[in-house]
Amino acid sequence: MSEPSVQNSAGVGARFRYVARLSLFAVAMFGFGYLLVPLYDKFCEVTGIGGRTAAGPVTEYLPTEIDESRLVTVHFDANVNSSLPWAFTPAQKMMSVHPGQMYETSYTATNRSDQTVVAQAVPSVAPGQAALYFNKTECFCFTEQLLAPGETREMPVRFFVHPDLPPDTNLVTLSYIVYKNEDATARQIVALNP
Amino acid sequence: MTDTTLAHSDSHDHHPTGLARWLFTTNHKEIGTLYLVFSLVMFLVGGAMALVIRAELFAPGLHLVNPEFFNQMTTMHALVMIFAAVMPAFVGLANWMVPLMIGAPDMALPRMNNWSFWIMPFAFTLLLSTLFMPSGGPASGWTLYPPLSLQGGNSLAFVILAIHLMGISSIMGSINIIATILNMRAPGMTLLRMPMFVWTWLITAFLLIAVMPVLAGAVTMLLTDRFFGTSFFNAAGGGDPVLYQHIFWFFGHPEVYIMILPAFGIVSEIIPTFSRKKLFGYTSMVYATASIAFLSFIVWAHHMFTVGMPLGAALFFMYATMVIAVPTGVKIFNWVSTMWRGSMTFETPMLFALGFVVLFTIGGLSGVMLAIVPADFQYHDTYFVVAHFHYVLVTGAVFAIMASVYYWIPKWTGNMYNETLGKIHFWWSTFWVNVLFFPQHYLGLAGMPRRIPDYAIQFTEFNVISSIGGFAFGLGQLLFVYIVWQCARGGQKATDGVWEGARGLEWTVPSPAPLHTFDTPPDVDHPDYVAHTSGTS
Repeated sequence: MSEPSVQNSAGVGARFRYVARLSLFAVAMFGFGYLLVPLYDKFCEVTGIGGRTAAGPVTEYLPTEIDESRLVTVHFDANVNSSLPWAFTPAQKMMSVHPGQMYETSYTATNRSDQTVVAQAVPSVAPGQAALYFNKTECFCFTEQLLAPGETREMPVRFFVHPDLPPDTNLVTLSYIVYKNEDATARQIVALNP
Repeated sequence: MTDTTLAHSDSHDHHPTGLARWLFTTNHKEIGTLYLVFSLVMFLVGGAMALVIRAELFAPGLHLVNPEFFNQMTTMHALVMIFAAVMPAFVGLANWMVPLMIGAPDMALPRMNNWSFWIMPFAFTLLLSTLFMPSGGPASGWTLYPPLSLQGGNSLAFVILAIHLMGISSIMGSINIIATILNMRAPGMTLLRMPMFVWTWLITAFLLIAVMPVLAGAVTMLLTDRFFGTSFFNAAGGGDPVLYQHIFWFFGHPEVYIMILPAFGIVSEIIPTFSRKKLFGYTSMVYATASIAFLSFIVWAHHMFTVGMPLGAALFFMYATMVIAVPTGVKIFNWVSTMWRGSMTFETPMLFALGFVVLFTIGGLSGVMLAIVPADFQYHDTYFVVAHFHYVLVTGAVFAIMASVYYWIPKWTGNMYNETLGKIHFWWSTFWVNVLFFPQHYLGLAGMPRRIPDYAIQFTEFNVISSIGGFAFGLGQLLFVYIVWQCARGGQKATDGVWEGARGLEWTVPSPAPLHTFDTPPDVDHPDYVAHTSGTS
């Protein structure tokens, strides 16, 4: 090449600036993928998408009055993950509740295996928008549950439905899935058999 | 810079020969050829997997492969066709044609270009090797939704590593294409004088850089969930499998436009050539492409209406999706307007481009149907979806790639392909691809789910028709391989201009294009060239 072409001589610095900027953009987008995780959690918390309820007991947003004029049906549902050797059932299938009033029900869990098992219950409320108004002040899902071999335990849930529940929602389902907590179970087995 | 210039001038003097020539090449034309050949080979591999699927579905009941292997075939067919056939074909075309179309001597980063290509064979060896592992290949569908994808064997680690490699290759290729287009254009080649193919690739490259890292993040989370005890998508540990679907489709929807925007560019080159008219509405084409790219980032949840979302979100994603039909419609009407009162001839590239316009539109319309939330609840995960995306990807992306091969292969090889065989290939493919995919609309509407090896007997007839179409279409692609091979070997010599109505800088260089072109930049305002450039300013 007798003389460098115009676009080459003009473009060397610019070319590497493009590469640097575009590479940085790619790295930033990789970070954005991870940023979507906390963003999604926050989004679900605010909007109730996915039927998520608070991870701990509700202490704020307590109702001020009981709406005696309205009855909301609450269904109770229980599911067990296939790797957990438990039986898990609600004490009542359904309840009619007044918004604003505190209620208590319970679930019964039995460890059917011959080993100590630690499990975690994950709650979910349907329809998702109702999750914001379904408040638990006490729940076995706030902590890990340890059951000795063959042990049965009745586990209480205290809840109220907030009077702000949209008027077109008359049926709310509270569902739990219990999962085996592999790490905590392994720790228990080690602790019991030193 | 001095490096590249030196390497450049060096290669005038000595060319490595044999395998070393291809291993070490930094020439955009040779790398383009490598990409295209790789893509063709993988197209046949992915096609063979599709035929396993169609053979199993030829009759109800399990008679040929076991369900686990069937699921591996549906997953691998998609991964291979998307990442190893369609995307590398477009990157190969960009390598070959973008420097020629903008008057650049080579890509901006020739050595990185070499690396971008040579990562691909390793990535897909890793991916395909999982089929021979004890746990088999991935079987959860190409979307790799957890928890299903986390319940397979350890081969998942190989799949994820392959996706990482392929992503790195795509990102490097895209950086190279953007740097080339923004920095290496011949003097006078302003952005709004660039051919549409270059424009669509510029926008596609930005999409790739924006979303391939997000896919890399999503599969890395799968990897750590499966092997390192994290709980991004594990509900027991406080994660949410639905989160994966959001992250995946944040990548996935721009990805489908990555596979169609360069096709729009190709068709926008071919239709004006064979209509012997300028492209109608060039500027609106550029803005329509940019609008489609922007909209692709805000419609992802239409892939997952059935997981449940608030009414407002469902409405937003539905309307935003439908809005995409507007810029796409602008394009289709512009193509039709380009042909209006043109002196049209119907050589093979034009036939494939016209097939694209008609059949892609069918796929686009079924896409609008799928955007309607209540309808989508019925269509979701049925064969209707399969029919929809095969119309946009096979008769869309693949037809455009074939059009581009027929259009530019005289420039690549210096020989004309066999026009009679090319036309037979087009009519054969077009007939059978409709026999293959059109009945799948009816199967889906009648409720046949996708990704299953067996089905209720009332679906038998349409599946038989579809399978016959599949085998005939597949057979026709062997003819395509023969035509390409024959054209590379010899034939009637092509002129520099090749097509009577062709415009653009690529037609001003000799056929076959010499290894080095535009060492001194062309004067795009020179009267001799103005006649050739797209003249769309």
